[in-house]
Amino acid sequence: MLKEYMTVREIAGPLILVEGVEGAKYNELVEVEFPDGRVGLGNVLEVEEELVLIQSFEATSGLNVAGTKVRFTGRGLELPVSRDILGRVFDGLGRPIDDGPRIIPDMKLDINGNPINPYARDYPTDFIQTGISAIDGLNPLVRGQKLPIFSGAGLPHNRLAAQIARQAGVLGREEEFAVVFAAMGITFEEADFFIQEFRNTAAMERAVLFINLADDPAIERIATPRMALTAAEYLAFELDMHVLVILTDMTYYCEALREISAARKEVPGRRGYPGYMYTDLATIYERAGRIKGAKGSITQIPVLSMPDDDKTHPIPDLTGYITEGQIILSRDLHRRGVYPPIDVLPSLSRLKEKGIGPGKTREDHSPLSNQLFSAYARGKEAKELAVILGEAALSEEDKLFVQFSDAFEERFITQGEYENRTIEDTLSIGWELLKILPRSELKRVREEHIRKYMDGEAV
Amino acid sequence: MEGKGVVVKVAGPLVVARDLPDPKMYDLVKVGKDRLMGEIIELRGNLASIQVYEETAGLGPGDEVISTGEPLSVELGPGLLTSIYDGVQRPLDVIQARFGNYIARGVEVPGLSRERRWPFAPVAKRGDEVGPGDVLGTVPETEVITHKIMVPPGVQGRISEIREGEFTVDEVIAVVETPQGEVPLTMVQRWPVRRPRPYQRKVSPYEPLVTGQRVVDTFFPITKGGTACVPGPFGSGKTVLQHAIAKWANAQIVVFVGCGERGNEMTDVLLEFPELTDPYSGKPLMLRTVLIANTSNMPVAAREASVYTGITIAEYYRDMGYHVALQADSTSRWAEALREISGRLEEMPGEEGYPAYLGTRLASFYERAGRVVCLGSDMREGSVTAIGSVSPPGGDLSEPVTQATLRVVKVFWGLEDRLAFARHFPAINWLNSYSLYLDKVEEYWSAEVEMDYPELREEAMAILQREAELQEVVRLIGIEALSDQERMIMETAKSLREDFLQQNAFDDADAFTSLRKQYRLLRLILTYHRQAMKELEAGRPVEELIDLPVQEEIARAKFIPEEELERFDELEKRIVEQMSRRGTDVLA
Repeated sequence: MLKEYMTVREIAGPLILVEGVEGAKYNELVEVEFPDGRVGLGNVLEVEEELVLIQSFEATSGLNVAGTKVRFTGRGLELPVSRDILGRVFDGLGRPIDDGPRIIPDMKLDINGNPINPYARDYPTDFIQTGISAIDGLNPLVRGQKLPIFSGAGLPHNRLAAQIARQAGVLGREEEFAVVFAAMGITFEEADFFIQEFRNTAAMERAVLFINLADDPAIERIATPRMALTAAEYLAFELDMHVLVILTDMTYYCEALREISAARKEVPGRRGYPGYMYTDLATIYERAGRIKGAKGSITQIPVLSMPDDDKTHPIPDLTGYITEGQIILSRDLHRRGVYPPIDVLPSLSRLKEKGIGPGKTREDHSPLSNQLFSAYARGKEAKELAVILGEAALSEEDKLFVQFSDAFEERFITQGEYENRTIEDTLSIGWELLKILPRSELKRVREEHIRKYMDGEAV
Repeated sequence: MEGKGVVVKVAGPLVVARDLPDPKMYDLVKVGKDRLMGEIIELRGNLASIQVYEETAGLGPGDEVISTGEPLSVELGPGLLTSIYDGVQRPLDVIQARFGNYIARGVEVPGLSRERRWPFAPVAKRGDEVGPGDVLGTVPETEVITHKIMVPPGVQGRISEIREGEFTVDEVIAVVETPQGEVPLTMVQRWPVRRPRPYQRKVSPYEPLVTGQRVVDTFFPITKGGTACVPGPFGSGKTVLQHAIAKWANAQIVVFVGCGERGNEMTDVLLEFPELTDPYSGKPLMLRTVLIANTSNMPVAAREASVYTGITIAEYYRDMGYHVALQADSTSRWAEALREISGRLEEMPGEEGYPAYLGTRLASFYERAGRVVCLGSDMREGSVTAIGSVSPPGGDLSEPVTQATLRVVKVFWGLEDRLAFARHFPAINWLNSYSLYLDKVEEYWSAEVEMDYPELREEAMAILQREAELQEVVRLIGIEALSDQERMIMETAKSLREDFLQQNAFDDADAFTSLRKQYRLLRLILTYHRQAMKELEAGRPVEELIDLPVQEEIARAKFIPEEELERFDELEKRIVEQMSRRGTDVLA
């Protein structure tokens, strides 16, 4: 029988201060019983000899000082897992909400996990074909990578994330895979879009969903990504699956973090976000990767909407410092009707060098992507110049580059939401487009590749 | 002296304990039944605030705290090289072998193997008078590095016994008779990480640290014993540049501290370094490297300690007379750890929540770099070069960490995302970066490479400066507004950027360029420029001087192997020929 305390002294926002507690531990799970009999969960943020500070995952409306009971469970917040979690929908704290049976756990895992020993990690080198040219061709994703989508309000990041989840696969291999989806603070419609998407494509049986909606308690969101990643670690490293984790939307997660920090009256860092946000985000993002000797892997695609499309806002900024690159969506492209509106120039995949090339994709992949990058960059630059000085001011060469960059957006970046291009298709479109440019300008690709892939000569 | 205290408060990595017997600032303590490592950072009455290097979940009031009575120290001795440690010198490979794939808590593993036996060959003999820093003997630590076993600071006297043979680091290899009595010496020294190791005196650094990176070595050089910082927004290539320097710099020892950065990046280093060969010795790079990995998700207090652990190890090898490069990636993460702990201590914050002592802490870290005359009677010189990356939020260089760093370091390599987007790597902005070692290094160049190297650099720099101005003009009124001379400058600047400054770290032939080849490459481009200017002077139109076939050859010159530098002579000749022959064609 757990000891029950009715000695709540203060309630402020999501924080509850309890006095006279014995034996409480830092980061321990507590049950908070509301005066009306409901039971919510919370965890210990700070302990002193007499005082314990608790953050409640439930909204604290309805709590009072006199009638609230607090029970200390002696363990951290845990997620019960077994193979049966596949195909199920949970709330942000890992409780089933799909009318299915309770999970009979194989094991119960602490949701905070432990950092992977850097020495135990294996470097991600398996190219994942997403079927999207702007990603596969230029910023390829590899297994075990964490590659966020930086988006903005009203941009189709969810459609893109769903398309990646639907199409992602490693070339030439059939292996067990799973998708873990965590929704934090998104609307019912957005969440429903993903659920329907999974149902329609029969991917549901390979998916685990954790849903915290915009009207669910904000503080619950602190636990949601950790729930999802705990499930992912179980699937990847206990059941040997390749797991793709989609976390959307990290911005709301960070706001919940800020809410607690503000309630604790901590010294704020930039824009009111707590100074430890980098470390906190790292404990989420770093739970991606591969482990030497383990068959499974965790690949993360966090989605975040940049407030005011500002890449230097603390959330995208700190994220970019932790993740291995970023896919940035462009409002400008979206306005012009380009789908997916991926702004390839500032997008980056840090792990691509070892994931592509002969034996992985194709020998010409890396030089071709460099050539496309620099040609597109030059075309865009020339276009800007033309805006100021008029078309006539451009040299003949520059005009070709402008033509190239238009064609590039139209044929390479643009594709259908259900169009799944193979990497060969993607690369040949790239070579096709380079024909627009004079041969002498193709400085980043080798002559033999030009002959082989652009002219189609047999070598 | 050992004794017990009791935990009264736990808030994240900060634990407050009561009644610790004889607590001293920065003493190492063990907290709770798991014996988590921590360090005392504040004393108030009988309360001691402790920053704990491990995850504190599950700790609570009433748990016991044991004081070790000594500050956080590292073990220095044979076996450091090729190791990979966490922030408090626990070997990660041993931890993995014993405790599995995740970082377990309360692990106590010595920094140096207690089982391994090292062949010790004495150089001092019985009866010798020795003092601190004097070399007792040597151990072949790896194929490329001879480890010198030195008399530790504070020991002075006559050797009464010295042994030869194979020993573990704990076994006595010599006994020194001092006025205070006999001191048995082993091959291991313990040293507190926060205290700089002593030396005889500092000397000004003068010799360049050759990194093989053209933009660094020729335009913004660093010296052996110098300090540099690499600030840049994410995606601008800080880590790639740091890795390239770690791989190619002509330091004899490299200590690489991965401080609060990505796990996969550390793995990359771990997997790659043993495979890569050192261009100087032809042996695997790992044989001269010590890695310290404290990834972003590992406990934040250990991150704070990691840079000190790193620099103490670097100083130890410096004391042997080696040139050591210490690289910290990234010092911003270290500063953030400082900020987090400071916040938990409820200290009054300075700028952006960083503690007011951020500047002094950074300065005292970088001051531990330098070229010194080591302790010991042979007056050997060694150096520690410190290179720290900075990750300014949003790429904004006015933030406190960058500003505090710029006050103390002498070299600034400013990375820019704009250049990175255009795939110009290393994305060092040549207009705002600087090196205050330039004068010293230029003297060295003139003496060791070629007399006119400094002039060439100056000329190239002027062309790049001029290009920036001209670009403004072009942007406003178009290329037609430029004179022929100015268009030629634009053309040469482009060649400098593309054929000299840009360097592909992932291309085998391009990843490293020796000083001599850098000089030849630069001279090649400027030969083209000077010749063109001469022709323009003679009235030739600029159109005839650009798009020459020889320009393509200049572009490929960076791939000329180091052994075939004489091919540059031929190329230079061809440039002059081609340009003036065209002239005669026209005349004819």
